[in-house]
Amino acid sequence: MSPVAGPDPVPVTRALLGFVRTLRHAGLAATGTQVQHLLAAVAALDAGTPGAVYWAGRLTLCAEPDDLPLYDAAFAGYFRGTAPVRGLPLPVRPVLPRLSAPFGAPPADPPGDGGDDDPAVLALSASAQEVLRQRDMAALTVPERQELHRLLALLAPGTAPRRSRRYGPRRRGAVDPARTVRHALRHGGEATRLARRRRRDKPRRLVLLLDVSGSMSPYADALLRFAHAAVRRRPAGTEVFTLGTRLTRVTRALRHRDPDAALRAAGVAIPDWHGGTRLADTLGAFLARWGQRGTARGAIVVICSDGWERGDPDGLATALARLRRLAYRLVWVNPHRGRPGYQPLAAGMAAALPFVDDFVAGHSLGALEELVGVIARA
Amino acid sequence: MVSAAADGTGRYHPPGSPAQLSQALATTGYLADDGLATAGYLALALGRPLFLEGDAGVGKTAFAQALAEVTGARFVRLQCYEGLDAAQALYDWDFPRQILHLRAAEAAAVATGTRPDAQSLEAGLYDRRFLIARPLLLALESTPCVLLVDEIDRADDEFEAFLLEILADGAITIPELGRIAADTPPVTVLTSNRTREVHDALKRRCLYHWVEHPDFEREVAILRRRLPALTAQLAAQVATAAGRMRGLDLLKPPGVAESIDWAGALLALGARTLDPERAAATLGAVLKYREDAQRVQATGLAALLAV
Repeated sequence: MSPVAGPDPVPVTRALLGFVRTLRHAGLAATGTQVQHLLAAVAALDAGTPGAVYWAGRLTLCAEPDDLPLYDAAFAGYFRGTAPVRGLPLPVRPVLPRLSAPFGAPPADPPGDGGDDDPAVLALSASAQEVLRQRDMAALTVPERQELHRLLALLAPGTAPRRSRRYGPRRRGAVDPARTVRHALRHGGEATRLARRRRRDKPRRLVLLLDVSGSMSPYADALLRFAHAAVRRRPAGTEVFTLGTRLTRVTRALRHRDPDAALRAAGVAIPDWHGGTRLADTLGAFLARWGQRGTARGAIVVICSDGWERGDPDGLATALARLRRLAYRLVWVNPHRGRPGYQPLAAGMAAALPFVDDFVAGHSLGALEELVGVIARA
Repeated sequence: MVSAAADGTGRYHPPGSPAQLSQALATTGYLADDGLATAGYLALALGRPLFLEGDAGVGKTAFAQALAEVTGARFVRLQCYEGLDAAQALYDWDFPRQILHLRAAEAAAVATGTRPDAQSLEAGLYDRRFLIARPLLLALESTPCVLLVDEIDRADDEFEAFLLEILADGAITIPELGRIAADTPPVTVLTSNRTREVHDALKRRCLYHWVEHPDFEREVAILRRRLPALTAQLAAQVATAAGRMRGLDLLKPPGVAESIDWAGALLALGARTLDPERAAATLGAVLKYREDAQRVQATGLAALLAV
């Protein structure tokens, strides 16, 4: 690393650190190591060249394409004095009252709501929990909802395994030459036993596509909590996207350990909560940006939507046909399916059904537990 | 899996600035924009691995090859795939030769009537000469070297752990032999098509660059550099059409690699300009999905080629 040519290094460093603060405010991680790399990179470049600082920062502080627009806005704001960046703040863990009460005891003082509706009434017994399990999630009181959230956090959706390409030692299977010979060398070159190996199993990738439009709003919160439970179980093997008027990837936000903090972070990331739906377009965007490249390949894809499609149902059918070809199994979760006398009359739903492997309800805790079973057996 | 491009005799010329690197790359036929040139320069100057992401066919792999050619370094490539393990990526012991060595020592001992010296035998067994270097070890042992870890997202996440020590320290620790460190750590380029997210621990050690499709002028320049027989008019027409196809929301938008193929196909047909009939006949060189071809045909090839 050569010393900074020309300008005094201290103000340069100070200016860069100010920029780093702006970036963190805009939602980039900008870790200590990355900042060190930034300072080294600026020192290695001739800071007088146009674009040198821009590229030094972009190369060292960004880590994925989603970071680039945030970085560009922050750079323009800080160095060119344009409008201040109102980005996505990093999720902060708030101090929450503990929601886990001893089983059966009334939950402690729910936040908000001023306590008008007397939360102490709900004393959950085992049978009450069983009733809650079958209740439609759209029609729950505040304390029931809290109990539901607690139970949702206990779900652990795991996917069925597939055979991976990686071998592991096994009692039976094909002979493993490397381990056999290594063993033989330890015994004077005498192969006293044959080591064997077999392909290891690996859980399939799970992709959750959640509709967060207005018509799904009674269920969106519970479904996101379900997604959080899935991400927490296997952070590297689960991807979560929300569908509305546009596609949003919320996997990162949901990696938070605490469900409430994760949901708050996801809420900030999703720009189109309770808006309209353009299922065909957003599914197309998912396929183009993620699905076809590999996220959906061989994966178990779960779409949670009521199938209300504003656009053309043929477009939805085309997108689903493509998704069906890529995915190992396609599961559609429709909360309305849990209602007595439900018929798939929504144009989008009718268009989608021919491509769906499993069509399940997701309106109650019991139905979501069933969904866990479907995913595990798929 | 492994290819040696340069002679590896130690000629190593790090360029003095991103602009110089850009010029040097241009002499090998690779036209880099400012961002990529800066990324390459910083990777050389700071000794940091470079992590390249971008659509397929934008020239990520070609950049690593060009970088090796420019710096006069040996080029080692590791193509990743699922199930890639240490024995295929780092090193492997040559077991048949080890057994042979053991048997030969035994036979010699019997012939001379002496007891084999256990200690020297053991030391001889795990010697460097019984170690088969796979790409990563090869890259550490042949300096200077440009190491390309291609499509890291295809390997499973277990494999990323192998890379950490090499990227951080330029060294491999072999339990039986000890630590093998490079004199000068290899210039490492990792590419990903983003089929899955690579672990943060790996990305944190790297410079990150998203490679964009080239703009019109650069694409024309690239086409003419790669295919000298191409007329200026044909190059401009191919670049225009490819650029418009990228805006059509296709399943697989064409990269530079496809436009070079397309221009090559047109040259092979003896075309001097691009007209709708020729475009229709050669569409398979640039679009790789039937749906895409149908969509482009429906939009109208004439509109696509219109100046």
